[in-house]
Amino acid sequence: MREISTDLIIDTVRDMCIEANLYLSSDMEGALKSAKDSEKGELAAQILGQLEDNLKIAGEEKIPICQDTGMAVFFVSVGQDLHINGNLTEAINEGVRRGYKEGYLRKSVVNDPILRVNTKDNTPAIIHYDIVPGDKLDILIAPKGFGSENMSRVFMLKPADGVEGIKSSVIQAVKDAGPNACPPVVVGVGIGGDFELSAILAKKALTRNINKSSELPHIAKLEEELLQEINSLGIGPGGFGGSTTALAVNIETYATHIAGMPLAVNMCCHVNRHVRKVL
Amino acid sequence: MDKYINTPVTKDKLKDLKSGDYVYITGTIYTARDAAHKRMYETLLSGKEIPIDLKDNVIYYLGPTPAREGQVIGSAGPTTSSRMDKYAPLLLDKGLNGMIGKGKRSKEVINSIVKNKAVYFAAVGGAGALLSKCIKESEVIAYDDLGTEAIRKLKVENFPVIVVIDSKGNNLYETAVEDYLKKFKS
Repeated sequence: MREISTDLIIDTVRDMCIEANLYLSSDMEGALKSAKDSEKGELAAQILGQLEDNLKIAGEEKIPICQDTGMAVFFVSVGQDLHINGNLTEAINEGVRRGYKEGYLRKSVVNDPILRVNTKDNTPAIIHYDIVPGDKLDILIAPKGFGSENMSRVFMLKPADGVEGIKSSVIQAVKDAGPNACPPVVVGVGIGGDFELSAILAKKALTRNINKSSELPHIAKLEEELLQEINSLGIGPGGFGGSTTALAVNIETYATHIAGMPLAVNMCCHVNRHVRKVL
Repeated sequence: MDKYINTPVTKDKLKDLKSGDYVYITGTIYTARDAAHKRMYETLLSGKEIPIDLKDNVIYYLGPTPAREGQVIGSAGPTTSSRMDKYAPLLLDKGLNGMIGKGKRSKEVINSIVKNKAVYFAAVGGAGALLSKCIKESEVIAYDDLGTEAIRKLKVENFPVIVVIDSKGNNLYETAVEDYLKKFKS
């Protein structure tokens, strides 16, 4: 049986925390660039130019892209033929602890939603585990800022609401978010499953390359139509009017119950961060 | 229109700023976000003094990342203002003249801005690395126990903001989207 040490996991997670907060993935960076070239709003284009400069300074001077370096959210797939020497969850949290300290990242986590004392090391992380065939450890980190997280929604739609119901709910969520979610946004959508799975799917959707459509033709079509409708709202970068309100709409789906059609909309600002490593 | 102001700033000067103006701020501003606002609000309600003099001053809704060796401050962009809506009217009544954040404000805050002849500015959200370059000095002056949420006194130079709600209550978030749609969608 293949074995890996928790020391390797700790070091890997530390590096991933830092990398995710200093550099955007090339699909995100490319989308911001082409948005600047096609944006019709004057102030909007100026703001997109600032975002481009911001990315450059962040990478060169190692200043986080955004001061909200997020809550550390992980999707971890553990191969069932892999043996981990030690406590995996503790190793991931130790990696977060070191990454947020050594990378000069903000500690944005409080210990209790009501008592609200800062844990001072950005732990605990939020970890979604999956058991998969094989002997690999697949770690994906997506540090999530809460300006956009606070504008996210779950709708328990009825089957009769259909595609039109999905569309109007997603559009409503984007309108309500307006300038608060730091547009241009990426809209992560989860449809199906149950109450909590729809939200997890929406978060996972944000981590997909924004240039890749869903493999399901009817969902790819829905992504395309929603993106077009969202960008005709006129909200624009910063909410100051413009043609770039969203850079992408990514949808993930799952089977669901005969009586329901759960829909989750996870808003993400233009600092849509994610890094994946396979050990 | 591009404008330049020095802070602290009087209500008289703020009259000249119009919703949609691009303003460069030079001078002293203070940072405070959720936890510092809650504490200032409760302190004021109990009749005690808060650690900063609000009169003519500007508060920036910011919780920065830690500074690396040789840097003044870390990433320093605005946080969402609506979470401060509960506390803002009292601070405005006590002499606060400007707020820098991002996103919509409540009706109560807008009314209080008009009543007190104050201004609400937005900085570009998610541009914390860029904005940090306009901050020349940073010092924690109160509520140190709150970590990133402590109150900091900042010296800024040509810090770029946009007037969202001016002292007359004009709101760029409403007018800009309407104007854009009128211009490009007709």
